[in-house]
Amino acid sequence: MEPIMTDIAIIGAGPAGLSAAINAIARGKSTRVFSTKNNYLERAARVDNYLGMESISGAALMDSFRQHAKSLGASLETGQIITILPVSDYFMLNFKGTIVQAKTVLLAIGAAKQKLLLGEKQFLGQGVSYCATCDGMMYRGKKAIVYGLADEAVEEANHLQQIGVNVTFIAAQQRPVDLASAVQFISGAVTAIEGEKIVQAVRVNETPIETDVLFILRNVIAPTALCKGLSIKDGFIAVNRDMETNIPGIFACGDCSGKPLQIAKAVGEGLIAAQQASKYIDDQKK
Amino acid sequence: MGIIHPSTKDFDQLLQTNEVVLVDFWATWCGPCLMLAPIIEEISKKYEGKAVVAKVDVDVERALAEHYQIMSIPTVLVFKKGELIGREIGAAAASVYETMIDNAL
Repeated sequence: MEPIMTDIAIIGAGPAGLSAAINAIARGKSTRVFSTKNNYLERAARVDNYLGMESISGAALMDSFRQHAKSLGASLETGQIITILPVSDYFMLNFKGTIVQAKTVLLAIGAAKQKLLLGEKQFLGQGVSYCATCDGMMYRGKKAIVYGLADEAVEEANHLQQIGVNVTFIAAQQRPVDLASAVQFISGAVTAIEGEKIVQAVRVNETPIETDVLFILRNVIAPTALCKGLSIKDGFIAVNRDMETNIPGIFACGDCSGKPLQIAKAVGEGLIAAQQASKYIDDQKK
Repeated sequence: MGIIHPSTKDFDQLLQTNEVVLVDFWATWCGPCLMLAPIIEEISKKYEGKAVVAKVDVDVERALAEHYQIMSIPTVLVFKKGELIGREIGAAAASVYETMIDNAL
């Protein structure tokens, strides 16, 4: 089945992504908004500097943003985008294993504070993976450690176990109730990844545990892992005033494109990004 | 010639008899691999007569995948005169693979 081409694929459903969605719809563009359940604003106790909304909770503000977007017909879909791949004049996105096609991509993925694990970069693709559904089958009959830093991690660990991988799940909290009983569990943190050319062991609470692969499942995938070749400046996705990244057709807005990490800035940038993406699509037709 | 699908036993001969070979390691269940497929197809057409483009299903040719330590797919390898000169892990834009081949030619 040929997937349907969306005009603008928006990744992230915070203030920037939802602002982009309503403005893209206003320009008559089709959009799909993809996001994980993780949202920073949702957890803010109080917001005091968003014009017209005195002393509102982050959750209430997010609710009203979502309601507004939905009332205009925005499609909000839950799940992680794992890869973005430019193909001649459009993009392919891997959304939970299905392929989504879009003419433009708008990154509104927020700024997650994430520190890479010791050895993570070195072993990426050599025994370190961010995608259990992508690489899991390679490790049937082998040992895998799943480091659960995201809500969906338990589901992925169970999936690996189901297809015949010997899984150990590691997370800071207690053993999750929905974790399959065959999956081993260690409460703690991964501190380092070890091996020669490929991963051989992972240090958990400083104790080495032998493994063939480490799946690191975070809520946010680093932009450069999401889309190869994306330019980064000072830790943020590099954009110009039109919210264009270095890759034509990919735009970035909100926290992921730089400071200040504020709602008003995100909403404004979402507007610009949506308008520029719309213009990009219209220019392509000429 | 189009894309070829070598088996483990004729892989060495493929490398020996061709100057530049690009090999895409993939599997039917791998989403990013399916995304990469049309790009690899384009490359095989573009470099027709200059470089050989091959695809290896890691489920079918497990020995080959293990030999080249393919641990994440798609992984694309480029060989020149039988020697491995490039490895790209994960799906990338066509230009990335074109540069790899151009460097080998």
